[in-house]
Amino acid sequence: MPEDIISTYAVKRLHILDESGIVDDALMPAVTESDIRRMYELMVLARTFDERALALQREGRLGTYPPIMGQEAAQVGSAFALHPTDWVIPSFREMAVHFTLGYPIHLMLQYWGGDERGQRTPDNLNILPICVSVGTHIPHAVGVAMAAKYRRDPVAVVAYFGDGATSKGEFHEGFNMAGLFRLPVVFICQNNQWAISIPVQGQTASATLAQKAFAYGFEGVQVDGNDVFAVYRAASEALDKARSGGGPTFIECLTYRMADHTTSDDASRYRSPEEVASWRGKDPILRLERFMASRGLMSDEYARDVKQRAADTIDEAVRAEEAAPPPTAADMFDHACATLGQRQAAQRKEL
Amino acid sequence: MPLLNMVQAINLALNEEMERDDRVVLLGEDVGRDGGVFRITEGLLERFGSERLIDTPLSESAIVGAAIGMAVYGLRPIAEIQFMGFLYAAFDQLFTHAARLRSRSRSRYTCPLVVRTPYGGGIKAPEMHEESTEAFFCHMPGVKVVVPSGPYTAKGLLTAAIRDPDPVLFLEPTRLYRLIREEVPAGDYIVPLGRAQVVREGDDVTLIAWGSMLEWVLKAVGEYSAEVIDLLTLNPFDAETVLASVRKTGRVVIVHEAVKSCGFGAEIAATIAEEAILHLRGPILRVTAPDVTVPLAKLLDHYLPSAERIRAALDEVLQY
Ligand SMILES: Cc1ncc(C[n+]2csc(CCOP(=O)(O)OP(=O)(O)O)c2C)c(N)n1
Repeated sequence: MPEDIISTYAVKRLHILDESGIVDDALMPAVTESDIRRMYELMVLARTFDERALALQREGRLGTYPPIMGQEAAQVGSAFALHPTDWVIPSFREMAVHFTLGYPIHLMLQYWGGDERGQRTPDNLNILPICVSVGTHIPHAVGVAMAAKYRRDPVAVVAYFGDGATSKGEFHEGFNMAGLFRLPVVFICQNNQWAISIPVQGQTASATLAQKAFAYGFEGVQVDGNDVFAVYRAASEALDKARSGGGPTFIECLTYRMADHTTSDDASRYRSPEEVASWRGKDPILRLERFMASRGLMSDEYARDVKQRAADTIDEAVRAEEAAPPPTAADMFDHACATLGQRQAAQRKEL
Repeated sequence: MPLLNMVQAINLALNEEMERDDRVVLLGEDVGRDGGVFRITEGLLERFGSERLIDTPLSESAIVGAAIGMAVYGLRPIAEIQFMGFLYAAFDQLFTHAARLRSRSRSRYTCPLVVRTPYGGGIKAPEMHEESTEAFFCHMPGVKVVVPSGPYTAKGLLTAAIRDPDPVLFLEPTRLYRLIREEVPAGDYIVPLGRAQVVREGDDVTLIAWGSMLEWVLKAVGEYSAEVIDLLTLNPFDAETVLASVRKTGRVVIVHEAVKSCGFGAEIAATIAEEAILHLRGPILRVTAPDVTVPLAKLLDHYLPSAERIRAALDEVLQY
């Protein structure tokens, strides 16, 4: 008796904007000129933030910092598709997602400067705190989605994580539940090729990360993560599907971490300058600039103006952060729990 | 004898033990090509190859779980977890399996593995990177919990841990990695597990500490006639050395960087109360972190015990 093939799956890869700035018009999402400008400006803002954060860290004005350079399209493109009522469950390398949603930049600086007050999300946003423990936040997105479904709220939930996170138990347990209950959740992996020194080939024997979703009963797609239009399109479709009861989607954004893992890392120990150089040509910002130029949306003056505005915005945020009075020892207790126990209350007085 | 820091001392112990015994294998995130995020395993990949120095996926539970399987099969695995804050993911493996394998199988199977992890605060790192939750792990009969306090004890204790027939959790005080240099002999010496050291003799009060707190304690004691005990192994802890000192001095201050409630200091205090209460001339005092989550860098100095707080406790108990 022959063996029957009972299922096969095809993993799709979406790309729209190529390295020379040419788009596939048939695939182009519905974006206005002002959307495109806004995406560009956010990406420049994110890169400017990154550069400043690295400089501040070197001057001892910021703590350990994980750069996002190279990942701006994956972050801005996906966050651009979110509604203000949607929920975001971030990992620790999504600063541009925060900025796209309007998270105050000085708070982000405060957090990376070692001050928890920077983690207080403004009341109009639904963003959980940055999660430093890799991948352990994935089930939280699943739970938020379960609650939204239970309440019949038409919101979608997004969990962001890296390629390394796909090796964690929580990734698999979370995916399994999301598929099982057909939850309104979108999982966005920024596959930046490296989890510190371990390349993605050292993380999994799967040809793609996207395909892992199929094992849990929902669709996984790969997108060119340096192509802001592809990311935006994939995210918009997945979010619409989630909000309309179609269940979860996994989006693997193929991108690259251009800088060190963090300011405590030295990436030259484990990856070649040639590899880094080969990704420089795929820079998501350069690519969008080329496209905008071809559409008459770019001029030297505009580009200069965008950079200047980004620099001014970051300057202002640095000033705001550095003007904040330092936290006091009592702050450690004020958010420990709703009501302090006797011992905690005594300790608060002593310190 | 060479002066080594703790990173070099641990690296030397790993080199020597891997050389001595080909059953010793090391596994963890970034331990191979990168030499570990603290460079503890630097050079080992080149020397021993990728079969013995395994760069794993980002899977703490699988790292410890696989180490259990390797140990059962007769190897001597050393699992590195990048920071203590990420060991919680492997808690189930440690508690449910490593700690109980011997008893569940009536010693048919044993679990001679070492889990190494940087621990403790004072390095101003991000969240989850400054944890000091040793007490959780001391509540696991079957797993030894060891904390060196300098390069010499680090090498000797790690060597003993690797040769121990049961699972050992080896907690490396991150703040000390490059802070202190000591003479560390090459070649065979061990610092036995389960034994504390009296690092300074004194008559008036016994100070008990471990890991990176020892350094603070030694700075704080100055002119006091304080006997300082470095516990080295927390589980099983050396009650005899502690009790002998308490019977001599009659006063006790315990210093740890973990939070106060249910910290390991409570176990020591309870043991002293049970065994030597009539020798006490004052209350047993603890200098600890407050009962709050480890804060980020800006408040860390308020959180960790300081020499000042240690001296205040000494004064309090001496004037009691
Ligand atoms: C559970 C856990 N284990 C280990 C670490 C240490 N660590 C921090 S980031 C990282 C690599 C993460 O890689 P990936 O998920 O691909 O995200 P990326 O850093 O590339 O954005 C590791 C091992 C951690 N933070 N959490």
